[in-house]
Amino acid sequence: MTTEALIPDPEAEKPTGRRASAEAMGAKQRDISVSEFFTKNRHLLGFDNPAKALLTTIKEAVDNALDACEEAGILPTLDVTVEEVSDGRYRVRVEDNGPGIVKEQIPKIFAKLLYGSKFHRLRQSRGQQGIGISAAGMYGHLTTGRPVVVVSKIGKGRPAWRVEVRIDSRTNEPKQLNDKNDTVTWEKDHGTSVEIELMGLYRGGRTSVDAYLEQTVVANPHLELSYKPPKGPLVHFPRVSEHLPPEAQEIKPHPHGVELGMLIKILNEAGRRHVGQTLMEEFSRVTQPVADELCKRAGVDPNAVASKVDAVKIEAMHAAMVASNAALPPIKKFASKVARSDVNVREEVLEEGTGFSPTLADLVIRRAGMEPTLKAKLLTPMMVEKIYESLHGSQVKILPPPANCIVPVGEALVMEGLRRRFKGEFFTSHTRPPAVYRGNPFVVEAGVAFGGTLTRDDSADVLRFANRVPLLYQPRACAIHEAVLKVDWKSYGLQQRKGELPVGPLAIFVHLASVWVPFTSEAKEAVAHYDEVVREIRLALMECGRKLGAWVKAQQAERWETQRKSLFEKYIVELAASIHSITKVSEESVRNDFHHALPNHVRIAITVPEGTPPSAEAGVDAVPGEAPVDGEVVGAEVPSGVVARPSEPPPDMSDDGEGSPFEDVTPGNTRQLVLKMRPKSGRKL
Amino acid sequence: MATRKKTPAGTTPASKSASAETASDAPREIGERDRVTLQKITDLAFNALADVRRGKNPALSIPVRALSNVSFDQEAGLIRLGESRQSRNFFHIKQAKLFMQTFLIAEHCKKLIEAGATTSIRDIYYGAKHSVAGTKENTFEEQAESDPIIEDLEVTIDALREELHLRAENRGAMVGPMTIRDTGDTIDLRRMGSGGWSIPSIVEDNRIEFMKTEADYILFIEKGAVWARLNEDRFWQKNNCMLLHGSGMAARGTRRLLRRMHEELKLPLYVLTDNDPWGFYIYSVIKQGSINLAYESMRMAVPQARFLGLMSSDAERFNLQPNVSMALKDEDSARIEQLMRYDWFAAKRWQEELALMKKTQKKYELEALSSRGIRYITEEYIPQKLRGKRGDSWLD
Repeated sequence: MTTEALIPDPEAEKPTGRRASAEAMGAKQRDISVSEFFTKNRHLLGFDNPAKALLTTIKEAVDNALDACEEAGILPTLDVTVEEVSDGRYRVRVEDNGPGIVKEQIPKIFAKLLYGSKFHRLRQSRGQQGIGISAAGMYGHLTTGRPVVVVSKIGKGRPAWRVEVRIDSRTNEPKQLNDKNDTVTWEKDHGTSVEIELMGLYRGGRTSVDAYLEQTVVANPHLELSYKPPKGPLVHFPRVSEHLPPEAQEIKPHPHGVELGMLIKILNEAGRRHVGQTLMEEFSRVTQPVADELCKRAGVDPNAVASKVDAVKIEAMHAAMVASNAALPPIKKFASKVARSDVNVREEVLEEGTGFSPTLADLVIRRAGMEPTLKAKLLTPMMVEKIYESLHGSQVKILPPPANCIVPVGEALVMEGLRRRFKGEFFTSHTRPPAVYRGNPFVVEAGVAFGGTLTRDDSADVLRFANRVPLLYQPRACAIHEAVLKVDWKSYGLQQRKGELPVGPLAIFVHLASVWVPFTSEAKEAVAHYDEVVREIRLALMECGRKLGAWVKAQQAERWETQRKSLFEKYIVELAASIHSITKVSEESVRNDFHHALPNHVRIAITVPEGTPPSAEAGVDAVPGEAPVDGEVVGAEVPSGVVARPSEPPPDMSDDGEGSPFEDVTPGNTRQLVLKMRPKSGRKL
Repeated sequence: MATRKKTPAGTTPASKSASAETASDAPREIGERDRVTLQKITDLAFNALADVRRGKNPALSIPVRALSNVSFDQEAGLIRLGESRQSRNFFHIKQAKLFMQTFLIAEHCKKLIEAGATTSIRDIYYGAKHSVAGTKENTFEEQAESDPIIEDLEVTIDALREELHLRAENRGAMVGPMTIRDTGDTIDLRRMGSGGWSIPSIVEDNRIEFMKTEADYILFIEKGAVWARLNEDRFWQKNNCMLLHGSGMAARGTRRLLRRMHEELKLPLYVLTDNDPWGFYIYSVIKQGSINLAYESMRMAVPQARFLGLMSSDAERFNLQPNVSMALKDEDSARIEQLMRYDWFAAKRWQEELALMKKTQKKYELEALSSRGIRYITEEYIPQKLRGKRGDSWLD
């Protein structure tokens, strides 16, 4: 990169102040190859330390394999092997059953940075820039001197090419080291295997390879994965969904939230096309009427040549595109502000129209038939209305971006994925409708797993995903983390200290699917904080939270009712003995009479909240120490004292009904908990 | 009801052989009074059964035994139980066990009556105590749980404790110029040595008969120690009176006995207690009845009883030195406030006495009189009090 020459100050002429001439400096200024740049800045790509390098390498290989399988319409089956060759030196091998790679492309894909198929299109995929796997290979070569070894086969009967390749970091060109016609015998019909040797560090924890693969399995229910860790036995995750996610469609930018610079670029590069035509061709959801309306708002003829539109009008058009996404400020506010104004109309319009240039403000004012230099307080109410009308106009209605460009995991499969990973008691998920940030459509989905073997006293486990890829690093820098903190989990029956994660047996799943995920850096570790993104995540989480809260409360109520019932049952035995002794009515008959009356006074009637299939279907093992709750009417033969042991401290029975679950029931809940007959004392139980 | 001094933890006098189970084998003639009680218990059980068969929540209707449900009958000079009753339901988290316990006690009482046996309330606690089937929980954890249940049962079926064949431990003692028959044994109360005749909890006329007496009045003393002093001096002989003590708060048996002697033998009753709010209250219970046993006031209270002291004003009258006084404690002061609000302490003289105690912040034990001489209480204090005027020397 060129270094900016210091601007010489007036005294720079003095020979003592000068150290190098412009010519001498110019001789040193030259191109820096991207590979060289990244060699020196490998932290930007996620190779900051040995542990992270190992993870990133596996992650890039797995992402590529999954993208390739899905694009080819193949249900992915992956084998991941990590072996420690010598101390600190690891050999990573990722093998897929994908479509394979044609021989000529193999070196470029694995040993040329910024080479790939994904950068040039606006489409949801795991990889984006075509840096990852080549960078991994480069890192491996840099630390061990070993090349990337690729084996790939594109079909039955075709050869399985074996390629040893490394990147030339000065030229960013691949260098194949073995014979170009090397083949191996491979039983697979098609697929690719990548082997990279690198200096790394294998360890456990939140940012481990194991955690990454486990989470990948959660977000990819259609994936079958075998994983052989450096230590311990092979782990196998069978496929839980036989359906490939629908293929993501390529998409054009959506007018909402498009940046001014981008609009200028699009129009300037439109060549001789008309403005209206360009808008329709370059943006999604821009139809003829929408294009006409946008042109009208900008005072541009739809049939004008796009590249000839002047800057002010483009700005006005941009304002119209963006404004159509925002709520209109009330005219009353504008009018009262103008009436108290000390400045001219231009200043007022500039303030009202966020991001307006003075030229655009003038255009807006003249369109309303006034002069920008007019004192604002002299405007009549009629004139204020005209300016307001010109400023905001009628909103241009543009449909939200098409949803087919985004492929969320889907509510059912999110739950399946969570079930494959967690032995919980309750699962729910929610997928939001598509939304837009900066013209890019995105979909947020969230899920929660609760209870069971999840740790009770720890903070919730937050699983972050972007386009089905787990994000393990930098949780605190991530918009997903921020959104989780912004949800008031206390209102869903969980504990949460202010500004912290909720505490409880809870795992939170958040997936952001987009044609272009806004990462904070090229290392793709955290999602950037766009208001729209944070808001969508929060809404999705709140929906899950509501379902969870309803379930938790229902559970408490059920547990409480069970206790209550068992309390009566045990005393019925005693009472029946006494009444028998006094009345000589048979003990069994007395017991039966009481048991028959029992359901009139205690009843467990809980409609399971939406999104929770019966646990039997979920295949979740009964949790130890947690007897299944019996919702049946209990007959006389049921032994007393059989209590479903609550895993939480029982509600205080001596409490005067305060804190009783009945009082927490929000109206409109699907759950219904009826106490048919209240005790005569009228105390709420 | 505040009991000031606990009975010294003594052995249970009731013999275990009186246990209902062992005696129930032999069929026995059941008296009319017992038959009524049995019927009441059986009705209670059948009512609960009828409720539950109709799917209803079986309920016991128990008169409320609390200050809120008693009133002071000025004319009769008695504390009377009001009309409010509380419902005890079986299908109720906090009442289920109490409900069960009530029937457990009822069952045991029925067995006692049928066997013609009587046990102490401690016996019935042990008799009814066992672990609830299938749990580690006991039907009763301590006697403090079963005692109020017994009282609940008494008021619910309107039966007296003795009708349920229950008695409390003997408490208090009596000597004096009288002969009685106690369950068939003739006892001369003049020849009871230093300990006196121990007062049983059941003193109904079918057990205790008054034979012959020369006594002119009854003197009830709060404390056994002072009573012993007087007995040693043969005070009862010299003054021709019945001499009783209650070991603190007078128990039911003692109160019933006082009432019977007052009523049947027409003997006036004088009460001697410490000078503190607790002593005053002991007097009031003997005279007007208690809150907890308000339903038995008319059988136990002696509205004509007179208070001989110690009064706060006696300190000056009998020249008691400040060094024999004791400072009031916080709980004493709180109790004074409570007494001052009771209707039966509303009389002007009582309010004055309580106000004086509050003002001086001093209380005196009866023994303080010994500072004037070893026989001062018998030779000076009591005779002087008895000679004095109402409202001045003694209160009522």
